[in-house]
Amino acid sequence: MAEALVPPTKRDPAADKTSLITGSEAIAVACKLADVDVITAYPIRPYDTVMQYVAKLVSNGEMDCEYIVAEGEHSQFEIVKHASAVGARVFCGSSGVGWMYAMEALTVTPALRIPMVAMVGNRALDDPGAFGVEHNDALAVRDLGWQLVWVDNAQEALDTALIAYRVAEDRRVFLPCAISCDGAFLTHSQALVKIPSQAKVDAFLPRYNRGDLQLHPDNPISVAPQANEDWLMEIRRQTASGMERSPGVIRETYADFEKIFGRSYGNPFFEQYMTDDADVVLVGMGTLSTPVKVAIRQMRAEGKKVGFVRVRWFRPFAAKDLAETLGRFKAVGVIDRDFSLGSPYEGGILATEVRAALYPSANRPPLVGFIAGLGGREVTLPDVKKMSEMILRAAEGKPQPATTWIGLRE
Amino acid sequence: MGRLFAVEIVYRGIFQKNLAKNISRAIVLAAHKEGKPGISFGRYGDSPERNGIPAKSFAIVATDDVTLEEGMAKYEPQEVDVTISVDDTLCKGVESWAWYGLQPINRLLKPGGTLIVTSLEGPERIIEMAHRKEHPYKLAIVKGTPSFSGLWVYKDDHTDARIMGAIAKVLPELFSIGSVQEAIREEDKKNGELKATSALRAFERTTTVTVAPAQGNNETPYAFKLPKWTEMREGIAIPAIARGHQMTDPETGAQGGFQPERNATFKKYLTRTMRPVVNFDTCIKCTLCWLACPDSCFDVTPDGFYDANMAACCGCGVCEAICPVEKCITMVNETAFTDNASQWEAWRKEKPAYESWLVATIANRPERSHGFRYRGQYEEQVPDVLKVAQQG
Repeated sequence: MAEALVPPTKRDPAADKTSLITGSEAIAVACKLADVDVITAYPIRPYDTVMQYVAKLVSNGEMDCEYIVAEGEHSQFEIVKHASAVGARVFCGSSGVGWMYAMEALTVTPALRIPMVAMVGNRALDDPGAFGVEHNDALAVRDLGWQLVWVDNAQEALDTALIAYRVAEDRRVFLPCAISCDGAFLTHSQALVKIPSQAKVDAFLPRYNRGDLQLHPDNPISVAPQANEDWLMEIRRQTASGMERSPGVIRETYADFEKIFGRSYGNPFFEQYMTDDADVVLVGMGTLSTPVKVAIRQMRAEGKKVGFVRVRWFRPFAAKDLAETLGRFKAVGVIDRDFSLGSPYEGGILATEVRAALYPSANRPPLVGFIAGLGGREVTLPDVKKMSEMILRAAEGKPQPATTWIGLRE
Repeated sequence: MGRLFAVEIVYRGIFQKNLAKNISRAIVLAAHKEGKPGISFGRYGDSPERNGIPAKSFAIVATDDVTLEEGMAKYEPQEVDVTISVDDTLCKGVESWAWYGLQPINRLLKPGGTLIVTSLEGPERIIEMAHRKEHPYKLAIVKGTPSFSGLWVYKDDHTDARIMGAIAKVLPELFSIGSVQEAIREEDKKNGELKATSALRAFERTTTVTVAPAQGNNETPYAFKLPKWTEMREGIAIPAIARGHQMTDPETGAQGGFQPERNATFKKYLTRTMRPVVNFDTCIKCTLCWLACPDSCFDVTPDGFYDANMAACCGCGVCEAICPVEKCITMVNETAFTDNASQWEAWRKEKPAYESWLVATIANRPERSHGFRYRGQYEEQVPDVLKVAQQG
């Protein structure tokens, strides 16, 4: 018997429900379940769908939080940074150039050990003002101490938001986390999502406790005084140690998530699809997983053993684990929905990272890079097949170009 | 390897930044006249460039390029041939970056190196201010007040040229007075000849005295250890300074008033070129100095007076300007003081002695250090300084 569909917020606190909601709405529901205290907003497509859903929850009296519409993204991220410093659980987000406008605030957040959770509705950077997905926005903070995770469906968006709060607010980590949701493909697509009961969420997610770092009259501290080179390396090293502890906390958190919610994500860092007997694999992030998986199934029928590895956590990057996995195959193709102009082999950011991860490995299969789906361009089944054919040829020892643009008019 | 020369110029941030840069540039240009390569650089930062905060410029010169590179491989030289202090109050020590602690003015001097100071004081007072050093060094004084030469609209008073003349005298291996003059003429086509004369006069007049290890300030400069990264609180969070406490009257033992707790590691002893001297007998307890002080340096005493605490006073002079009672607060040059003790305690303990100390101290009030008493005062003084430069 099919479950009854109910609006996501009108629920019995004890029971799980299924709702038809978008990826953005799933994140908004997670904010409600996580009982977020302060949310700041400034509209930019496609992130603005989240702020609309949150605003609706607040105005309907279903969610109790400070909801502040800032005058721009820079203030938006500064406000939640300060709210988090006094002990509030916070949520924020943006897209494309809005995220870039917040860059100064994004830069200072990790060093202050602010466990902010943000949603990036991935969008191409201007110019031109395209609305569609490109991953360069979120990836711009990859070196700064932000934890970065990519999801590929609305259920995973909701679950990952809850997981992100627990990981970010773990005292061993205390670093911000951005959840990347592909613009349009995820932010605007409705899917059936299991919404967990409040009781399960409460069992999974403890209260945010900032301890001796909380700005409070009973704990008089100064935060972020000006410091010079005598201090800076020690401060960076401390921030780095938080990131170093993050993988262990992520593993722990996914294990608890499975216990409490009964849903398993396997290896938290990357998903493997039909890799057991694969000769070659494609690697990518986000919603391009759907055409890739379908194309793989079709190619399997033709006897071509292609698999797929979908990277979830880009920061921390599970280099050793990923290198071990990828070392099993005869060739690897990395699909980047981003660009890194002038980078090694003119490749994308993910391809460059994967190549670096493989370097110390004893098994280093040929790596073929692809730039695809920029600005929200569809990655089609023929595109996936074309990429797969190229890596199959690489597996046969026929050298392929280091980087190829896919789906380009030429 | 050839010979490496290092010269540091210790100055007060903002006011003397260009003067220091002009000196370090002039050193390199004069040495270049003799075929020696060199570089001139400063340590920049936020704090060191604030008003009056001690800061440094450096000139590194060598007899050849390879040797120069050896000197350039360090950000700051570990030892110098000459230290130049363009403000004599800096001879009490340098605290340019808070967590470095206090650096004696002569800390980097090599054995037998020379400290050149611009001052109206004699060598005895300068030696008394500077910390003791384990080996002998030399002291040369170029007569003058702290110069603002090179700062924005302020007029040139030839301080840089005179320092150059003094260097040629104390370290002839670096460059000759001829090279100094040649470089000055080339840099300044308009006033070069006049400035070259000032350099020559300084060269002729400069004499040195040798400072023995037993001479100088006996205090151990305050210092502290920087913590390891694992010992620091995370999140760039530092504990606040505690609130404060009552004060005790040294005579009666009475408790009262309020002394705020202050930063245990960053003192303002050396950011100051002058300090307020308070006449407690004429003070009307109006609170204006206490309210107006930007550094909250005034302690409230049990008997309701306001005592400028020398750990917190940066010498700005706002209290003197705002005090409604004539000569109740007078700013006096730092060279007049040998310690940082409480004036109120001295007054409480022995009023007649305090009164005579007060009268004598204020009588010797200098015309200025870095604080000007009225607009245009500096411009008025430049002709006098130039006269000293040309004649002696």
